[in-house]
Amino acid sequence: MIDPDVTAFLALGSIALFVVGLKRLSKVRTARSGNALMAAGMLLAVIITLVEIGLVDYRWIIGGLVIGGAIGVAIVLRAQATQMPEIVARFNGFGGASSALVALSLFWMEVVEPTGGGTAAATLGSTSAVTLVVSVLIGASTLSGSILAELKLRGTISGTPRVPLRAVVMGLLLVAGLLLGGVAVFVVDDPALAALFVIGLLVASLVVGVVLVLPIGGADMPVVISLLNSLSGLAAAAAGFALVNQLLIIAGTVVGAAGLILTQIMCVAMNRSLVNVLVGGFTGAATEHGEYGNVVSTDPESAAMVLEVAQSVIIVPGYGLAAARAQTAAHDLARALIDRGVQVRFAIHPVAGRMPGHMNVVLAEAEVPYELLVEMDEINPDFAQTDVAIVVGANDVVNPAANDTPGSPIAGMPILEVGNARRVFVIKRSLSPGYAGIKNDLFERDHTVMLYGDAKEVLGSLTTELAELP
Amino acid sequence: MMGPLLISLYVFVLAGFLGFELITKVPPTLHTPLMSGANAMSGITIVGALTLVTVASPSVSVLLGVAALILATINVVGGFLVTDRMLATFGSRK
Repeated sequence: MIDPDVTAFLALGSIALFVVGLKRLSKVRTARSGNALMAAGMLLAVIITLVEIGLVDYRWIIGGLVIGGAIGVAIVLRAQATQMPEIVARFNGFGGASSALVALSLFWMEVVEPTGGGTAAATLGSTSAVTLVVSVLIGASTLSGSILAELKLRGTISGTPRVPLRAVVMGLLLVAGLLLGGVAVFVVDDPALAALFVIGLLVASLVVGVVLVLPIGGADMPVVISLLNSLSGLAAAAAGFALVNQLLIIAGTVVGAAGLILTQIMCVAMNRSLVNVLVGGFTGAATEHGEYGNVVSTDPESAAMVLEVAQSVIIVPGYGLAAARAQTAAHDLARALIDRGVQVRFAIHPVAGRMPGHMNVVLAEAEVPYELLVEMDEINPDFAQTDVAIVVGANDVVNPAANDTPGSPIAGMPILEVGNARRVFVIKRSLSPGYAGIKNDLFERDHTVMLYGDAKEVLGSLTTELAELP
Repeated sequence: MMGPLLISLYVFVLAGFLGFELITKVPPTLHTPLMSGANAMSGITIVGALTLVTVASPSVSVLLGVAALILATINVVGGFLVTDRMLATFGSRK
């Protein structure tokens, strides 16, 4: 048997790998190695734990690791680049569920199954008892919230259904969950009854997650997933308190804090407060949809002739590009233009797509060189000297209403100043509004031309037409 | 001498500060991979789950623990893999 102090000491190595890995993950040059270091830290944590528990029956352990590992690999191999946000949401839900299940397993092991009786607080100590309840509450609401977020991202569930008196309902559910949990661990000493109360806590927690995410619209989903990510970290930390495991507490808390910061960064990028996001959807002025007049459209052939004489082009990708899987078509067009001596760059809005950095991931998958991707603040001054801006499936992130219309739901959100370019091509399926559900005046401007259709097809025909020109 | 609860509380608070400080300046390019990587890290509950499934008898507690272990392993393995997949695409050409 190995001295527990030795394994606890070795766990420091795991923590060091996590911290250094996370730090490296936040810089482009070192990101991939950072991720590998974190994975190594996790492997080390698992090995240390296996050593710590000594010689036991390994059947469940091996079975669980093999099955879980295989499913994890399968999910990743089957995923498309456009599905990354959904995949992150799903894994996040699993993480939360795992923490809740750890707490439930501990409760069953120490309270429900022994025949001795006694409350969880008496058996486990009040700290473990309280944190066990917290772990179930946060973990289970993370699970249901993440599932709902994934369904919303996929479009299986659309719209932002209103829950009447949502804040009150949430508050009551939280209080009910905590009361049920508190009674289960502090008051009831009959195992069967305690189990019943804990199941009540579980159900209330699952409903909390649903009520939390249900009225939040798609544009805010990145923020929600980031917040849920933070919560799944805190659920792990709570499980760490319940099991008195420092490694769990540290790793879980670091994720909780880091997730919260990332959530804040995203809110800043959209110029909204977290409270505003959580209250749900773009409210108020969002109802004025407005009709479009004076919108000009053209065909790829004429558009290609404009591109042919351009000297500088900026491509502005949005979610429509990812949804149509048009990243390779966009890269082909960029290459064709570059071959003709045109300066081509991609303008990346921090919240274009369904996740911050979503466009980087999607374009990188099409092997668009990293140096062609320029971030919003850097490229905005350049639009005025740009001959053609090609907007591909983006809407809200190029909507001038954010600057011009104080009452607009997106007022103050930083946008790509596409309107300053000499010509603007907008590749879009229709004039339907973006996630904010509002009209985009850019489409009506004199120098804007619409190219209706599927992003992949339109970009493809632009490249073809361009090749046919002398 | 601090009791175990107080030590855990110190660890919790300091780890919170550490997390805040680690993620202050991140280029938007890395937001999604970072979220994904941090998410994989929250699969650390795998460690907790391992300690709960050490007996052969399929009691409720063990079955709950096995479910926790499977889900945590999916989160860890899938999470780090998917992060690597995202980073592989733009890590190679700097």
